[in-house]
Parts: sequence; structure tokens; C-alpha cells
Amino acid sequence: MSAHRIAVVVNGKKCECEVDERVSLAEFLRQDLRLTGTHIGCEHGVCGSCTVLVDEISVRSCLMLAVQADGRRIETIEGVAREGSLQPIQEALSRHHGLQCGYCTPGVVMSLIELERENPAGGLSDADIRKALSGNLCRCTGYQGIVDAALELFGKRDAAQG
Amino acid sequence: MKPAPFAYHAPDTLDEALHLMATLDNARVLAGGQSLMPMLNFRVVQPEHLIDLGRIPELAFIEPTPHGLQVGATTTQRTIERSALVRQYCPLLIDALFHVGHQQTRNRGTIGGSLCHLDPSAELPVTACALDPVLTIASQNGRRQISFSDFPAGYLTSTLEPNEILVRIDFAPWPERTGTAFEEFACRPADFAIVSVAAVITMDSGDRISEARIAIGGISAVPMRMTEVETLLLGAHCDSGLIERAAAGAAAFPSVGDDNYPAEYRQELAAHLLQRALTKVIQRIQT
Repeated sequence: MSAHRIAVVVNGKKCECEVDERVSLAEFLRQDLRLTGTHIGCEHGVCGSCTVLVDEISVRSCLMLAVQADGRRIETIEGVAREGSLQPIQEALSRHHGLQCGYCTPGVVMSLIELERENPAGGLSDADIRKALSGNLCRCTGYQGIVDAALELFGKRDAAQG
Repeated sequence: MKPAPFAYHAPDTLDEALHLMATLDNARVLAGGQSLMPMLNFRVVQPEHLIDLGRIPELAFIEPTPHGLQVGATTTQRTIERSALVRQYCPLLIDALFHVGHQQTRNRGTIGGSLCHLDPSAELPVTACALDPVLTIASQNGRRQISFSDFPAGYLTSTLEPNEILVRIDFAPWPERTGTAFEEFACRPADFAIVSVAAVITMDSGDRISEARIAIGGISAVPMRMTEVETLLLGAHCDSGLIERAAAGAAAFPSVGDDNYPAEYRQELAAHLLQRALTKVIQRIQT
């Protein structure tokens, strides 16, 4: 076992840390940086609750080692809301009851942020949104509230309803 | 942390990686990690050394050549599914990737990683079984090339030597009037397939089938070609009767089975999926 020195930018803040090679990115974020908004569920890439963005693309932070993140830019749920006000995706999830226990929500939000960035023009169908969310398990909502929130923000005009 | 202890190496060049592979015992290559990391977390595998290929730029590329399309082994599934070159030269890969995992796993998962992992229910090995690309494999002693058909050795096992790394996959160009399709059945979209079928068909100017490759996953330890069905298709005019006979041929193939999905069920799936795939292929060739 040995420590590796890594330099990462997390939510816009530079940090240099020593990490053991066996530590996953999820554990590094939660334990070393105390960013506990990234939730760990299954730890083998099935549930999606640990989803974060690395250099703008969504990844399972349980399936990436912290050492692999060296030199990368990481975005987590803690960096989403600005100056105390929720980001529009968070607002929409709240409005549509797209969360209950909230365990999966950070992962869902990060996946939806990627979806939004990749589709700035919106116009997505119900099927597009369900496919984008297929990597995030939610045991409370039955997904409808989450899909409704996403449809309101990125959906086709006629499909979106308040 | 869950994996057993290992030493982590992140070489910047292929040469350096090959040197590490040649000198370290019980070393394992880490590509996208979407299968290997869970296996490490479950301690199903306990390598002493993990050699991360993620920092070797020369292994990630998509390039058209006169001999077809060359894809670097660590090219991510994400890059492949969005590539205009792949859409033009090898659309079957994109059809297959539609079913692979989720965006978050395709963002990291690589084509070479999936081919080397050889999960019998994974889509890319079935696709490779149908397309039979040439694999370039490197070690410190040099390079060798083999067809994908000679690559699988058994369940989750390839013929790679412990000191070798898969570096490139070459997909041959297809003649005019070639159509491809990928069909699978899984309990939920994006879940592991129970059975999957990849079909590559070429028709001559008289609408006879001049080349047929049918690969199937989920009925054996490694993906396989349905050679009897291919023979039946070759030289034939494509009509609904032929597709039905091909489907019956697929259903007659011996299959593995388990408590959840017994052999008879998989055989029935094979027949239906082949029927769908062939119908789609023919439509694609004729339009």
C-alpha cells in the first residue's frame, strides 16, 4: 500500500491530497474532502447514486479510483446550487415531487446536468429522458416525478406541463 | 475501500505499459474499469499490480484506413457511439452500444476492455463475433494480429498472454448492399442481455444472400457464430419463408440455461431475435 499525490479541482476549488491507491473517487470525495452529498449505494456500478461529473462527463465514482482522477475537474452535488438558491433542476425536482428519501437525488441531478449540457436546445422526448435516467435507481418515486421535472425543463414544448 | 491491496501504475506510453506487463507478476490491465472495478470490489480478482491504460493517448483513436476502420483499444464506448466515422463504416457497433450499460458506464467503458473481459451477455463481443475484426496485440516481444474468432478461450477468458495488451481493433470494410442489425432481450432496457443476436448480411444484385454472419450471445460461455443458419441463408433469396426457416434453425441450437432462464427459453428468444434482426437487415439493404 502506498500513498499517491493527486491534484484535482473539485467544484472549482483546487486541492492536492495524498490518497491510497485502493480508495475510490466516491470515498475520496466523502471521507477526505467531507463532501458527503455524493452517496454510495451499491459500490459496483449498478445504482448510480454516486454519479459525479469528471471533466464534464458523468461517471460512477465508485468505479473510478481517486488516483485516476489526478489532474481532472470534478463536479459534485455540493457545487450545483449557487449562493444559497437551488439550481433549476433541483427546483423542478422539488416542484414535481421527484424525490422522497433523497438518497438517489444527487446522482439524478448530476445525470440531468449532463443531459442539459448535451442538449442545450432541449426538445427531448419522454423516452430520451428515461434513457438518460436509466442509470439512476430510485426506490421511492417510481420515477414519474423525476421524468416530469426533466420534461418541464428539457422536454418538447407540447410534452412539458407545469 | 474494498479491493485487496494492489500497487497502482499509470504509464504514459504503451512501451512503458508493456515493460511493466513483462516484468511484474500477477499484473492486470485497467481500462475503463466498468467490469474490473466491481470484480476488484468483490475481490473476485486480486491482482498485485494494476496497470492503468487511461493515460496512454496513443491507445484511444478512431481512424479510417483503406483497409477499414481502426479503433484504439481504450476508445470509450461513448466516443464510439457518437462517432460519425463509426456511423458510416460500422453502424452495427452503434446499434449494439445502444444496449450497453448506461451513459455513466459507457462514458468510461472501453471497446478493448469489453472485448477482453468477454462477458457472454455483453453486446460488444457478440458484435465482434459477427464482424470478426482483426485484433492487434502487443507485448515487449513485438506485435501479433489475430481474428476475433480466435480470441475467446472460454468463459471470461481470452487467448491474451499475461504479458500482452490488446491495442487496436480493425474492422474490415463491407461490400455494397450489406446490412447489419443488433437485437437483444433483457428484462429492463440497458440490463445485461439474456440473449442477443448480431446479423451481417450482404446481397448480390440479384437479391441473393452472398454473405451471412450471424452471431449469438447468451446461449454459450462465449459468443458464437450460428454456422448452420449462415449456410441456410447463403445463396438464398430473402423472403419471409427463409427468415422463418432461419429462426427455426436458431431455435434448434443447443443452449446453456439456468433456473431463471432455462435453455428452452433462450432458444425461443434466439429464434425471435434472429427473425427481428433479419427482417431489419433486409429492410435496411433494400431502402
